[in-house]
Amino acid sequence: MRLLLLIIALFIATTSYAARPDEMLANPALEARARAISKELRCPVCQNQSIDDSDADLAHDLRVLVRQRLEKGDSDEQVKQYIVARYGDYVLLDPPFNKATFVLWTGPAFLLLFAFLVAWGAFKSKPHEEEREDEE
Amino acid sequence: MNKLSLLPLAFFTVLVSFFVYRLVLIERGNMPKDIPSVMISKQAPEFNLPPLLKNKAGFKTADLKGKVTLVSFFASWCVDCLAEHRYLADLSGKGAVLAGIDYKDVSADGQVWLKKNGNPYDVIAIDRDGQTGIDFGVYGVPETYLIDKQGVIRYKQTGPITPDIITEKLLPLIKELNK
Repeated sequence: MRLLLLIIALFIATTSYAARPDEMLANPALEARARAISKELRCPVCQNQSIDDSDADLAHDLRVLVRQRLEKGDSDEQVKQYIVARYGDYVLLDPPFNKATFVLWTGPAFLLLFAFLVAWGAFKSKPHEEEREDEE
Repeated sequence: MNKLSLLPLAFFTVLVSFFVYRLVLIERGNMPKDIPSVMISKQAPEFNLPPLLKNKAGFKTADLKGKVTLVSFFASWCVDCLAEHRYLADLSGKGAVLAGIDYKDVSADGQVWLKKNGNPYDVIAIDRDGQTGIDFGVYGVPETYLIDKQGVIRYKQTGPITPDIITEKLLPLIKELNK
């Protein structure tokens, strides 16, 4: 029974977040928006983490800032623009499609196409190789 | 020989060339973790900071007008700041006002640190909560911004400044901005 409970607990356990209790807003709707925005913003210090995940001091400051802007009545988009104006598109974990991110967005599709062409070419030429082997 | 069998080799060569290219860039100080600043060519943000040292002036946006200013974000808790500190004096009297902003620091700690390590700054302020730092786009001290006479940010250095950066980048740019 104990083991079963443990296993269940393991499955329902979610990852913990860096947001500290004292940062959180009293208004649950605002807090939920703040969490959602924080998850989309990259921490400039620990660059593979969102500010919601990161323990860095700057991430803490940015989380507080996001909440302050929301309390002042900013829309989600305005809050993100506020941070982007200072740190650039770089802080968006879902970067917009533009000249600088063109390769990022279309690269995988091109690579896939390229891989298909190579595979197609390889399969097509295979019978010839077999023939040659027969000749040898 | 089948042309296709050369393809992996070609691919590998391209990949290795790219790696070597990136390593050379790192060797020249272009780190992939450096975030390109969006503040370059933009007006410096609004700020009005209290002085770090008693009986001295604070530092605010209006102070930037009419002078080339080098704004250096540092902190007493920052190891790299100590590394660059001794080179800052080389920039003194070279045509730019040296402004220090003690970033996210306790006044007393900042004061002791300056006393111990020397104070090359013409003006020195404290950004207690780091808001001005965020407005500048600071993400890791030390960071240095060169601001022209119109208050426009012209250059940003992330990480400690070195003698090379001073002679190759900062001094020529200060000269140009003073023309």
